[in-house]
Amino acid sequence: MIDRETVLHVAMLARLELSEDEVERMTTELAGVLEHIETIAELDLEGVAPTTHVVAVENALRADEPTPCLSREQALASAPAVAEGGFAVPSPQA
Amino acid sequence: MTEPLELTASQAAGAIARGELDPGELFELYRARAAADQLGAFTWVAEAPPAASGGPLGGVPLAVKDLFCTEGVPSQAGSRVLEGYCPPYSATVVERLAAAGAPLLGKTNQDEFAMGSSTENSAFGPVQNPWDHRRVPGGSSGGSAAAVAAGLAPWAIGTDTGGSIRQPAALCGIVGLKPTYGAVSRYGMIAFASSLDQAGPLTRDVSDAALLLGHMVGARDPRDSTSLDFPGEIALPSRTDLRGLRLGVPAELSGEGIDPGVRGAFQSTLELARQLGASVEPCTLRHATAGLAAYYVLAPAECSSNLARFDGVRYGYRAPDAPDLLSMYMRTRHDGFGAEVKRRVMLGTYALSSGYYDAYYGRAQRVRTKIAEDFATAFEHFDFIVTPTAPGVAFELGAKLADPLAMYLNDFCTVPASLAGVPAISIPNALAEPLGGGTRLPVGLQIVGPAFSESRLLDAAFALEQALGFDGSAVRQ
Repeated sequence: MIDRETVLHVAMLARLELSEDEVERMTTELAGVLEHIETIAELDLEGVAPTTHVVAVENALRADEPTPCLSREQALASAPAVAEGGFAVPSPQA
Repeated sequence: MTEPLELTASQAAGAIARGELDPGELFELYRARAAADQLGAFTWVAEAPPAASGGPLGGVPLAVKDLFCTEGVPSQAGSRVLEGYCPPYSATVVERLAAAGAPLLGKTNQDEFAMGSSTENSAFGPVQNPWDHRRVPGGSSGGSAAAVAAGLAPWAIGTDTGGSIRQPAALCGIVGLKPTYGAVSRYGMIAFASSLDQAGPLTRDVSDAALLLGHMVGARDPRDSTSLDFPGEIALPSRTDLRGLRLGVPAELSGEGIDPGVRGAFQSTLELARQLGASVEPCTLRHATAGLAAYYVLAPAECSSNLARFDGVRYGYRAPDAPDLLSMYMRTRHDGFGAEVKRRVMLGTYALSSGYYDAYYGRAQRVRTKIAEDFATAFEHFDFIVTPTAPGVAFELGAKLADPLAMYLNDFCTVPASLAGVPAISIPNALAEPLGGGTRLPVGLQIVGPAFSESRLLDAAFALEQALGFDGSAVRQ
């Protein structure tokens, strides 16, 4: 069952901050959707293999040859903050 | 000559090839219409036509769903978290179509990261259905569908994960096709659920869909390890009857839960198919009704994993003034994602979390196998499976926003083909009254075929289209 504590735990796993209001709503909405989803618990799936890929494909390999890629400037161009030629982020332990 | 706006994309390409129509003028005509868009269909419109296009498509401009990366052009997937993002590269399919002579006209609005069935979950605001501005165009490719239906673009591409091309095509009275999984490269498509996402055409008619799709498929893309060589070429449709074709009608997807108006239209079309020479018999997709439940485990699970990349580090939005790294991640995602995306990230993270994986994800993947087997068995006896595309006509803006499950039920008929990875097309087959009465609105017919049967699927759809004589030209004025 989905309770407030579960919502907060899952939100932390998802690195998603939720407002008080959102925690409230998520608790009822997720419970409603999960109730529908749990209908699959009633099916007999004994011995059925899970789908890994819908079209039969073996290994998808390409030749291991160096090709041009994005330049450092291109890779950094969209970053919110840049320092010393890399992505700048706040300190983990501020 | 006919007014350029009245020409289908194929007709326009033909007129250009014969020297009767100038591609620069055609581009400008549509550019001006797209720039004056009042429906909210476009998120970005080109300022000028590209330098001479050439190619077999002759320069007929193309509207592209926002989630396709377009080099130097805003590509936000309808999300605030990608605010201002202009990718340094273009999606393979956008490159292929531009090279074939379909230059970028504009980017179209969508549900955020393609999560939704109404195009109301967009950072850019909702899109209006051109048939009735108080109603939704469907989703998630609602901007592409509305643009084509309203004549703001000759044709468009979108993506379909559980119905996101077919359902908006149905609700806007146009043609939409979801190809076989792997037929079109996903490189440069901002990912929602990678095992289900496929790009496809949204067009005024079946011939346009065939022409556009023919240039989307081809050789396997080395940049997408799930893409496949398309066997043969997409033939332009020419069939005028359905003689010898066996159509299967699954009770699971054509009875309960379908509005009476849609059901009536479906039955009339089945009768027409019989008159065209097809045999129409009941078939069984025993696990199809479990498709929606399995889909709403698998798609959110994949989405929660795919959307982990939006963390405020490399592109897009970053929450200001976070004191440390963890709160920067968490606040960025809080501010950047809309309600539906948060809901699915939470659902997917929950389904994949320790202790729940087997009960949810594991079981859903087994249901998926059963659904694929159901289709394989059905295709031993039938050439195609036909169902309504959506359970109802376009609903009013806001009508289903407060009830996620009611919104998800829109995908009831389209999700099974997505789970099985098989191709499916929606063509407009009638106008029907909404529940409770009112102006009649478009209804779609879905035709599903085995993997890589696109050419035959288009041919059958073409024969039906000619016999139906559906006219959507009124909304293009």
